[in-house]
Amino acid sequence: MKRYGIGQSVPRFEDSRLLRGRGRFQDDRNLPGQSYGVVLRSPHAHARIVSIDTAAARAAPGVLAVYTGEDYAADGLGMPKATLPRKRPDGSPMFAPQRPALVVDRVRYVGDPVAFVVADSLAEAKDAAELIAIDYEPRSAVTDTAAAASSGAAPVWDECPDNISNIVEKGNKSATEAAFARAVRTIKRRYVITRVHAQYMETRGALGVYDEGDERYTLYTDCQYPHRVRNMLCSTVFRIPESKMRVVSGDIGGAFGSKGWQYVEHRLVLWAARKLQRPVKWTCERSEAVLADEHGRDSVGEIELGLDGDNKFVGLRLHLIGNIGAYVGSDRNLLVPSMMIGTAVGVYDIPSAYALVTGVLSNTSPTAPYRGAGRPEAIYLIERLIDDTARELNVDPLELRRRNMIPANAMPYQNALGCYYDCGDFLANMDMALAAADYAGFPARREQSRARGMLRGISVANAIEQAASPAQSEFAEIRFDTSGSVQLLMGTKNQGQGHETTFKQILHERLGLDPGDVHFTDGDTDQVAFGMGTNGSRSTVVGGSAIYLAAEKIIEKGRRIAGHMLESAATDIEFAHGRFLVAGTDRAVSLKQVAAAAFVPARLPLGFDGGLYESATYAPSKDTYPNGCHVCEVEVDPETGDVAVVNYVIVDDVGTVINPLTLKGQIVGGIAQGLGQILMERVVYDDTGQLVTASFMDYAMPRADVFSHITVKSNPVPTKLNPLGAKGAGEAGCVGSLPSIMNAVMNALEPVGVRQLDMPATSDRVWKAIRSVAKENGK
Amino acid sequence: MPDVTITVNGKREVRSVETRTLLVHFLREQLRLTGTHVGCDTSQCGACVVHLDGRSVKSCAILAVQANGSEITTIEGIGTEEQLHPMQEAFREHHALQCGFCTPGMIMRAIDLAIRHSEADETTVRRELEGNLCRCTGYQNIVAAILAGAVAMRPHV
Ligand code: FES
Ligand code: FES
Repeated sequence: MKRYGIGQSVPRFEDSRLLRGRGRFQDDRNLPGQSYGVVLRSPHAHARIVSIDTAAARAAPGVLAVYTGEDYAADGLGMPKATLPRKRPDGSPMFAPQRPALVVDRVRYVGDPVAFVVADSLAEAKDAAELIAIDYEPRSAVTDTAAAASSGAAPVWDECPDNISNIVEKGNKSATEAAFARAVRTIKRRYVITRVHAQYMETRGALGVYDEGDERYTLYTDCQYPHRVRNMLCSTVFRIPESKMRVVSGDIGGAFGSKGWQYVEHRLVLWAARKLQRPVKWTCERSEAVLADEHGRDSVGEIELGLDGDNKFVGLRLHLIGNIGAYVGSDRNLLVPSMMIGTAVGVYDIPSAYALVTGVLSNTSPTAPYRGAGRPEAIYLIERLIDDTARELNVDPLELRRRNMIPANAMPYQNALGCYYDCGDFLANMDMALAAADYAGFPARREQSRARGMLRGISVANAIEQAASPAQSEFAEIRFDTSGSVQLLMGTKNQGQGHETTFKQILHERLGLDPGDVHFTDGDTDQVAFGMGTNGSRSTVVGGSAIYLAAEKIIEKGRRIAGHMLESAATDIEFAHGRFLVAGTDRAVSLKQVAAAAFVPARLPLGFDGGLYESATYAPSKDTYPNGCHVCEVEVDPETGDVAVVNYVIVDDVGTVINPLTLKGQIVGGIAQGLGQILMERVVYDDTGQLVTASFMDYAMPRADVFSHITVKSNPVPTKLNPLGAKGAGEAGCVGSLPSIMNAVMNALEPVGVRQLDMPATSDRVWKAIRSVAKENGK
Repeated sequence: MPDVTITVNGKREVRSVETRTLLVHFLREQLRLTGTHVGCDTSQCGACVVHLDGRSVKSCAILAVQANGSEITTIEGIGTEEQLHPMQEAFREHHALQCGFCTPGMIMRAIDLAIRHSEADETTVRRELEGNLCRCTGYQNIVAAILAGAVAMRPHV
């Protein structure tokens, strides 16, 4: 077995520098002569700007410039625009207000950028920002998701009085109506999915440079898609060819979807750098991050299940209201939760389904993908509804799941909301998880907890998610140099997933290259020809497949060179273990020798195109469907409302596992983020639209002592849709963790009669739920 | 601006600093030791942990002038490429880092913890990490690494 090949738990190659403080994160980068930018943000949820007076700020010590929205407009800079073809309920085109880098006359959420101050030092820029005098005329605001679309809500935009930006429909409405008409029982529930912040430990930053000689911009920033950031800045903001800009991302201290695309600070630092002829650096502070960043999730779903007399599911309908926030700065703000709602039928055979997603505007920071980006929402809704259905019908939730699960022999399966599940063995996942969690022993454990005055609950949640979209291709290039060492260039962008390691493993598997001979490069648009970046659990699947194909080309070309070197026909040359061998003989040359020869014309066939560098741009033909089963066990203290997760098991099927060690890391990390959302995290706006959870003092973050051990097991069913058989792993842990933890809490609360509770299950909310039921029962 | 004399990773540094300069900014900006990170502005995250006279401290919570005359060790001062510190090695082996941003602070905290509790159990480790946030790992592998690192750090008898 290959030491570094596919399937090996290889410790990461990138760790050596990260462990020694030698990573290069965004704020670690400094340039000679750099200046510092500070963004002045709106303190109001909604207000008209009557006047802005920047005179005192401009005159303050060290200040180089103070820019406002009028300056931005006067310089003729553009704005990105959403491109997805969406409609409003009446069929008219969607309402998708673009976002300027700095507002001109209206602020629409707390944090909306109003002015950009640049000074010699950060302290001077901050001091000057406080001297800007703005006269605001506050207006009514709406931040609540369900309220935004209700009649009488204050419009965020005058041009869109009902706050409805667009709707998305999936499935077959009339067939679903018909199914419900035939249903023997129907169960309907409403669930709230809270707004959260990604809270990567490294806050965002941007360092802009303009080279007057080359007339060229360079943006250093921590983003997930360097090439797409460049494309958007060039095509919509600066209106220049992409060759006139370089975007570089170094090490990224976490991103989770929310460092996705183009943020206004990217435009600001580049624009200011050109005007001032100095590098301009902006670093977000933690207490600014919740104001400045896109948020995750935030939707309210009404979901209804129809069953026949045998408790078989016959239909599912869903209306989800998704909170878009104040702007549609790009298509990113249209993705959640509608794009991924197709898995709302879960792993169950539901013949008809219909989903309607209404995207509403509100006076809040725009929402965008955050780990799962609609996938956890879909599974949360269906898995909670199944538990509530079982409770209402007084049937075993496990038995109800089993009865309705899509069996492995029904694969491939076209679900009623348009998703094509190519493979998977959901029942096997569930059986494995139940065994690992000792599900059968739960009643005894519950009894023990009860004896101690505690409430114990268990849940089983099956997850499935759409990954690695065929809409985006990905790029890989393998470049040999004359010494036989290699540069591997990738269009994906690592943010902690361990790309350097998994990609070197794939390369090792195909070409036998020693990882020590391979230099890994990503995140630089001048070095990497193309890339779509890292999102949606796609990097291993799509990027890894691109490596695979580029490696094939290396072998093909190498075969011809080796044939010449070994004086044999190329067709007689076999490649294995890093060597080209004349079939049936022991005459061979190594790939390194072939690479060296590739640069020497005398060692090549006459007229042969020398060198050894190959690239591939791979697009999958279909989405993949990673899936898995989560079993969660919690203990609730009825006296305090405290919830403790006491056992957690997941069996995942992410297809071929490249590196079990890093896969488990991804899975556990994803579950941890789901746990944070279910038990404590939440972005809160108060009734006036003020953001009240801006710092780590107010935004509860999960710490080491809230976790217990998470057991991760794999049941891989490799897909045939790509050469690796991989399905994607980045979001898998998160997707099922939301319903599994919440359902376990609800199961624990069953004996005390709590039937209805939304996330987050904080001790306060759990305690109040217990109390209010007790009061109703006159206790 | 006052002068401070601080020994950082064994090297004596004499610098003038503004009174309001935090130790973390002194390390990152004046000494260009960027391995110590800033993850928050309310002393909650622990990305900035260094050792001051052998004890772990949040370098965002003290001023550079307060560190005058002390000995500071940062992540750059422990372990080399060839020979990682046992705690760094444990983090590597146990895959206790993903993005690596919290890692320097975690390791500096972990070394201090291991010195104070060489027989630490899981509960102690989890409790002792109260001031260190990680968003990537769910702490599971960090806890495992610290337990293993603490064993590896025990003086050989
Ligand atoms: S930077 Fe967060 S605790 Fe010091
Ligand atoms: S490894 Fe990313 S924050 Fe800890």
